[in-house]
Amino acid sequence: MTETIFFYAFALLTLGGGVLTITRRNAVHSAIALIVSLAGVAGLFLLQHAEFLFAVQIILYVGGVMLLYLFVIMLVNLDEAARQPQFNKQWWLALACVLVVGLELFYFIRKGAGAFRLAEPSPQTSTLGNTEQLADVLFSQYLLPFELASVLLLVAIVGSVLMGKKEV
Amino acid sequence: MFHPITTVHYLVLSAALLAIGVIGVLARRNIVIILMSIELILNAVNINLIAFSHYFRQVSGQIFAIFVITVAVAEAAVGLGILIALFRNKQTVLADEINLLKW
Repeated sequence: MTETIFFYAFALLTLGGGVLTITRRNAVHSAIALIVSLAGVAGLFLLQHAEFLFAVQIILYVGGVMLLYLFVIMLVNLDEAARQPQFNKQWWLALACVLVVGLELFYFIRKGAGAFRLAEPSPQTSTLGNTEQLADVLFSQYLLPFELASVLLLVAIVGSVLMGKKEV
Repeated sequence: MFHPITTVHYLVLSAALLAIGVIGVLARRNIVIILMSIELILNAVNINLIAFSHYFRQVSGQIFAIFVITVAVAEAAVGLGILIALFRNKQTVLADEINLLKW
């Protein structure tokens, strides 16, 4: 019962923050709404017993990525953009397409809910903590993707520094 | 009112967040908001991965979520770098005013 209340509270934070993010005129307001939404997602991770990802979500998104967004919003002059219309001319077409895709997704989830017996999860097997389990799998089974991720981050750092330079 | 929360609830929530993000990418003109909408989409994917990770009692889903977060952070850094370079050259952040490659 407590879990139900918390789920709906976090779902409200996530979806409400998401809707505010894409409808606000001021980009700073959008960024704050996005923080609310990402914090709601972090709460959902906690409800699903993914404690490590809960911490990562808070530290990385709310602490790191949003700071980056706010810095860029301050660097780039958005006053002119705020006075212009916020949605492009094809917004009704976008809304219609997303509505169709959304209905399709809900149809498949309804059909699949019975087929997969999603209501009851399989029983708990391991007694290790979440972070310990994660580390065991990450550093044995997924070692190569882990190393490749470091290369990706290096490339991203070099790329963003090059983009930020005055003349290339 | 107080049904137990199942994986289906998380899937529906994830689909709704995905739809919100896609509307943001397709309909907004401000590039900063478009990048934020991409973050929303990737978070919808993460909710889905975590929900199935919890359902199957497998941590592989959480590993994938870590990789998705890594890619999202790299994308945000490069995207915002491109945005700054673009603003320096074109003095605009509206996606439909950048039409150099349009016929």
